[in-house]
Amino acid sequence: MSEIILQIDGKEVKAKEGMTVLEAAQSAGISIPTLCHHEKLEPYGGCRLCIVEVEVRGWTQLVVSCVYLAAKNLIVRTRSEKVDRIRKMILELLLAHAPDAFELQDLAKEYGADKDRFEKESSFCIHCGLCVRYCAEVKKKNAVGFVDRGTRKEISFIPGIASKECWNCKECFPLCPTEALQAAFVLTKALISSPPSSELVSVGIGKD
Amino acid sequence: MNKGRVDQIIEKHHGEASSLIQVLLEIQSEHHWLPKEALDRISEKLQVPLTRILYIATFYKAFSLVPKGRHEVHVCVGTACHVRGAPRILDTVQDLTGIKPGETDADLKFSLETVNCLGCCALGPVLEVNGKTYGNMGPSKTAEVLKNYE
Repeated sequence: MSEIILQIDGKEVKAKEGMTVLEAAQSAGISIPTLCHHEKLEPYGGCRLCIVEVEVRGWTQLVVSCVYLAAKNLIVRTRSEKVDRIRKMILELLLAHAPDAFELQDLAKEYGADKDRFEKESSFCIHCGLCVRYCAEVKKKNAVGFVDRGTRKEISFIPGIASKECWNCKECFPLCPTEALQAAFVLTKALISSPPSSELVSVGIGKD
Repeated sequence: MNKGRVDQIIEKHHGEASSLIQVLLEIQSEHHWLPKEALDRISEKLQVPLTRILYIATFYKAFSLVPKGRHEVHVCVGTACHVRGAPRILDTVQDLTGIKPGETDADLKFSLETVNCLGCCALGPVLEVNGKTYGNMGPSKTAEVLKNYE
């Protein structure tokens, strides 16, 4: 493993090859806000909050640091006017979905994001995928997954698997930055505890 | 749809996980929807988690997790068809079948969907039944066409 030296916020940072900019920054004690990042999981690049400015051969571009690989002589700026403006916008958009999420509110304070800027569309889920990926990658149970797409995309437990696996695990609960996960779980619990026919359950998933 | 037929289709694709969408498409076209039993079988045979199958099955509009009718009626409501009278065609179909777009009637005869363009605007307003295209439709002609399907 060869070492790479890059510059983050004016500080020389050593990184190993294959490390992302986010990991390099964290190892040097520079904090970059994240929502969908988890050290046990593969990089996902879902929330875009860890966006930073990088300078390669004099060209500046905006990249998502959790999926952008650290490279030699890279100059990274984690806080600039542009970066802050984009993060503020991302937070405002996410707050339209989950206005009461504490994690989002704390970040909103830091970036001056207005939670009432956009019309509320409380789906509570911000599609960070933490629960879905944790269940698949760490627990290898695949009890919870995404269904549908676009504006209707949401998380959903598979009743058949959830009834066997989830009661004793629930490790995904503390990962969720909002209340969506718990809501989905309560819904599934209700589905399972009033024994419906198998067909009803299959129809129930993701449809209405 | 029986288990044997699902297995046959999976066998045809050598049980490879990469053929998941092909397998789903074949079951959808034969059976008109994807029953839970079939999805469970595919998950088991192709070694693909059920969450992934459901993600795909709900992502693409070609798949349905609820029973569909024997005949799928698509009414084009794209711009060209709209100005040529698509709303009247849609009304006629709704009156004749008693269902709204996205629904299936009780005896599983028709399923109705609206589509945004079928790519043959010169024939507008266009109606498609089971993949067969009917152009230059009017309310009475629509009734004639639907009568041919049992």
